[in-house]
Amino acid sequence: MTQRFIQGFRAVAEATALSRPQVLSAYPITPQTGIVEELAQMVADGTLKAEFVNVESEHSAASVVLGASATGVRVYTATTSQGLLLMNEVLYNIAGMRLPVVLTCVNRAVSAPINIWNDQQDSISVRDAGILQLYAENNQEGVDLLIQAYRIAEDHRILLPVMVCMDGYILPHAYEPVDIPSQEAVDSFLPAYDPLYRLDPDNPVSMGALAEPDKYLETRYMIHKAMESALKLIPQVAAQFQATFGRATGGLVESYRMEDAEVALVTMGSLAATLKETADELRAEGRKVGVVRLIAYRPFPAQELRRTLGKARRALVLEKAISLGSEGPLALEVKAAFHGLSPAPAIASCVAGLGGRDIPVETIKRLASQPSLASPEFVDLRADVELEGVER
Amino acid sequence: MKEIRIHARAGQGAITAALLLASAAFLEGKYSLAFPHFGAERTGAPMNAYARLSDAPIRLRTQVRRPDYVLVQDPTLIASQDVAEGLKDGGIIVVNSDHPRHDIRLKGKGQIFHVPAARIAQEELGRADRANAPLLGAFAAATGEVKLESLQKAVRSRFPGPAGEANARAIQRAYEFIKNHALVAEGDTR
Repeated sequence: MTQRFIQGFRAVAEATALSRPQVLSAYPITPQTGIVEELAQMVADGTLKAEFVNVESEHSAASVVLGASATGVRVYTATTSQGLLLMNEVLYNIAGMRLPVVLTCVNRAVSAPINIWNDQQDSISVRDAGILQLYAENNQEGVDLLIQAYRIAEDHRILLPVMVCMDGYILPHAYEPVDIPSQEAVDSFLPAYDPLYRLDPDNPVSMGALAEPDKYLETRYMIHKAMESALKLIPQVAAQFQATFGRATGGLVESYRMEDAEVALVTMGSLAATLKETADELRAEGRKVGVVRLIAYRPFPAQELRRTLGKARRALVLEKAISLGSEGPLALEVKAAFHGLSPAPAIASCVAGLGGRDIPVETIKRLASQPSLASPEFVDLRADVELEGVER
Repeated sequence: MKEIRIHARAGQGAITAALLLASAAFLEGKYSLAFPHFGAERTGAPMNAYARLSDAPIRLRTQVRRPDYVLVQDPTLIASQDVAEGLKDGGIIVVNSDHPRHDIRLKGKGQIFHVPAARIAQEELGRADRANAPLLGAFAAATGEVKLESLQKAVRSRFPGPAGEANARAIQRAYEFIKNHALVAEGDTR
């Protein structure tokens, strides 16, 4: 393993190139990511043998990779924020046609008001499209999960799109040591895409054709069953990844110092790293605190969560998204995972870090010791700002 | 772990400064992280860049609130920002300035160094707004956290050719300026 000191964007672009995609497509203007900029350069320089299709919107970018994937080639795209929302309609089509498209979502807030900074409302908003979602804690994971994503997506038991999510600014804009694997190692882990069906004039098939009420439900059921299969496959792919690259990355859920934890901090993405640091500090003060990190959000690893969280007295779900008029969507699902079970942890929904607001260690410590929280708790809501129409 | 906060304006190369600093530490076998905090993406708007240097892998992803070191790349920000905010006791501030700064108020023990980074940048690079590299040379001399040679290696690798050489000279001159000048301001105003 040789680490290089590089920017997250560059690291993900190199991992993409190592995965040998044949068609890339992106809308090259805000909101976009540095990933496709790097990839476009590689294609222009001839170091990546692929076709790069510049399009006029994210809807078109998703449509191009849909079409290319349907012809049986490996594809990639990346987007963020409003761009992902514009892709949403096409994502449902990609999933419905069972196409193993892989993309990176650089998580950023959704307008209005205009905000370019990090939260996870964008990826959460495409939750139900039939796309697998994996969340990276750091840039190394953004690289490793991307390579694993192709293995998972292209498995004939799955054949669904996979999206690797990385917290915008916090990860891809940052420079840190990352190990970029060798081409030989990636080739041995990731064989060429072997499509089950593809658009071929000599053997014509229809994809995404009409399904009347007597068939549509069955198509949804099959996608759901493929998601269930992914719950088994994701840990297997992680184990094979470790065998090849010597690094434990991936899986469904990561558990940190949970053996005897009374309070569990639950999250997804880069916040987990800060939570682990906080848990260490709280443990040094004699508090039994652990961290549970969901790597897979779709499929939802309910069983794994019950196993890791089951003994905690309290669980604080810290998430960078909200279902307005309800609670944090992850918190709702964690609660559902424990429905009807006893004993079960008291689960609190903490909405934090929206629109790029920093989540300091002191804030996390305060939440961990605060006995009662609002439902949902808007973390670090400012008391010095006038909120028109709101009674304090 | 050592935490560094850089005060600059968008377009002055503060992200590159954080990257070069973290990169130099990485070359010395340390773990390091460099990341920006943007305001709205407008050239000239105040912004911060951060770096963390450590002997162990770095997990903390929050903004730097309690810096060990502060670099002020644009001294015009001192009037509108408390650049010493949150500085740890015994911390060091390095300011790009032709003269000693008495307008930075330390809340605890700390040291303030000034270095004419803009003037050095003007002379070596032909651009006074490229004070980032010389400021790092001054940082190395003032703190001893990274070696002069590591910074020069990092800048040469980032900007191969004449630009890298000019920056390496600018780093050297700023390093020597601090080594040859006595400490300018030291305070314990509690």
